[in-house]
Amino acid sequence: MLVFNADQVADLADELSGESATSSSQIQQVLLAAKQVNGLSIKQFSQLLSPAAESFLPQMAQLSQHITQQRFGKNIQLYIPLYLSNWCNNICSYCGFSANIKQRRTMLDMAQIKLEAQAILAKGYQHILLVTGEMPKLAGVDYLTQVVKFLRPLFKHISLEVQPMSVAEYQHLKAVGVDAVLVYQETYHAQTYAQYHLKGKKADYQHRLETADRIAQAGIDKIGLGALLGLYNWRFDAIMLASHLSYLQKHYWRSRYSISFPRLRPCLGDIPQQNLVSEKQLLQLILAFRLFNPQVELSLSTRESAAFRDMLLPLGITTMSAESSTQPGGYAQANQAQLNQFDIDDNRNTQQITQVISQLGYQTVMQDWHASFSR
Amino acid sequence: MLNIAGREFASRLFIGTGKFAHPELLKNVAQASGSQMATMALKRLHISTENTAAANNDDILTPLKQLNIHLLPNTSGAANAKEAIYAAELAREALQTNWVKLEIHPDPRYLMPDGNETFIAAKKLCELGFVVLPYVHADPVLCKKLEEVGCAAVMPLGAPIGSNRGLLTEDFLRIIIEQANIPVVVDAGIGAPSHAAYAMELGADAVLVNSAIAVSAKPVAMAKAFAQAVEAGRCAYEAGLAEVGMQAQASSPLTEFLQQLNEVE
Repeated sequence: MLVFNADQVADLADELSGESATSSSQIQQVLLAAKQVNGLSIKQFSQLLSPAAESFLPQMAQLSQHITQQRFGKNIQLYIPLYLSNWCNNICSYCGFSANIKQRRTMLDMAQIKLEAQAILAKGYQHILLVTGEMPKLAGVDYLTQVVKFLRPLFKHISLEVQPMSVAEYQHLKAVGVDAVLVYQETYHAQTYAQYHLKGKKADYQHRLETADRIAQAGIDKIGLGALLGLYNWRFDAIMLASHLSYLQKHYWRSRYSISFPRLRPCLGDIPQQNLVSEKQLLQLILAFRLFNPQVELSLSTRESAAFRDMLLPLGITTMSAESSTQPGGYAQANQAQLNQFDIDDNRNTQQITQVISQLGYQTVMQDWHASFSR
Repeated sequence: MLNIAGREFASRLFIGTGKFAHPELLKNVAQASGSQMATMALKRLHISTENTAAANNDDILTPLKQLNIHLLPNTSGAANAKEAIYAAELAREALQTNWVKLEIHPDPRYLMPDGNETFIAAKKLCELGFVVLPYVHADPVLCKKLEEVGCAAVMPLGAPIGSNRGLLTEDFLRIIIEQANIPVVVDAGIGAPSHAAYAMELGADAVLVNSAIAVSAKPVAMAKAFAQAVEAGRCAYEAGLAEVGMQAQASSPLTEFLQQLNEVE
């Protein structure tokens, strides 16, 4: 069973701004180590998250850019989410799909999915992320199998962001064509997790935590991890996320990993105000993560504003979504606005994003995988 | 002139096609480098025209087709022999070439080549009539075995891919070069023209460079620098500047004298 020493991490997070706060000279030492491009220890990573490190953001940014370009080149991979269903059994107080929210629920049928796929293909996408709320009785393995089998010949890379499953279920989905599975822990702080995830399977912290192990054991090529920043002390969650990644890389060396940094956005649910993360802090976190792990994919969604995304793009990010609709059926029938999981902020279309990426000196990559890999 | 599987190459610099900021830059680099062989990942190729919208964005094939450069598809992304063989077959169909740079890395973090799987795939692909250039660790025994199953060249790494650290595997590269009866192309880790020149001085037949050019602030100028370095290194090697190998030279100045002494006795 995967158990983190959360107390130790809490101490580490507290240390950063407490009485024995990280000093400038310590940050300089860490940056010197980061220049070797061998990654950093969890302790060093945590120091880069400290208030003291804020004044080193320009140096961190320069280093992060250099390390990212060396590994990933001047390329940005684009993907697009396809929301299949907003039915959900869970009650999570921050989410627009939460079961207690009265709203129109829908699950796309194959005819609707075909229309969505056509609309997405016309925009040029080859990497697609399938998203559902968590209602396995409806949008379960059988439904997802049918969807993936249909989409597999049309797209080069298929990711899932759905309810956690068993090893056997993941093995089955891998065989029919799933390349990646994303499961965010939301917060790694167990007590806080319990406060937000009130009902449904998602209320089981440990089951969700061990999902990445099951994905890896099933041999799925890529695993997406993340914490929903804003639920709890972001420094704590960032250190836990980094520890989770290190644990997984050590145990499942064949898996590829991707890290996302979703920040809490206004949605239909309750909006907690404490623990909110500023743009500057998110920047600090992304830079620190790149220095911590030079090889991991770092992904940024359209939750963030256009201006902020443009600024972040050359500083460590490798993967972005664009022109996203977070409601089922949102691409083929773009006029209903009431079903969103959360509101997006960067509303530019794919062509505009591609132009910006090019102006920043990067190549948009639409395709970097083949369906025959990892089957 | 460098000869691989009957094809002659005037340049001993091979280039990679990933990581470039735009396709036009790749084309300019390819021209400036004078390279006659460019490797490209099958996974980046828009094989059919089923999605022209996607192809419009990141087509690396069209600009290279306009040049007189030999395209060497690679199997990057394949995690085992089976996937690599399939990728090679797809690439053969798509690019009308039976050449393949065999890359198998089950480790997506450090992209370390898998010797076992590479050997299995190389053997099979050679039997299927492919011209196989396997990317491997600087493992002298593996390189000999790959030569025995019919590979056209071997491509041992100088350092972890994308690391720019130069010839960290120098001692093993020396053995590989010394023992090889097929061309040795040093691949991965070459981060500066001096590294490339040094590889050529050691007697490598060619080098493959990608990151160091693509990620440079001035890729076209850097491509030229690499071309010059490779040429200089090769000239030095041919002029006899290479260091003494691990075995004694067959004819040192003393050899004849010693033989005469033996005959007198």
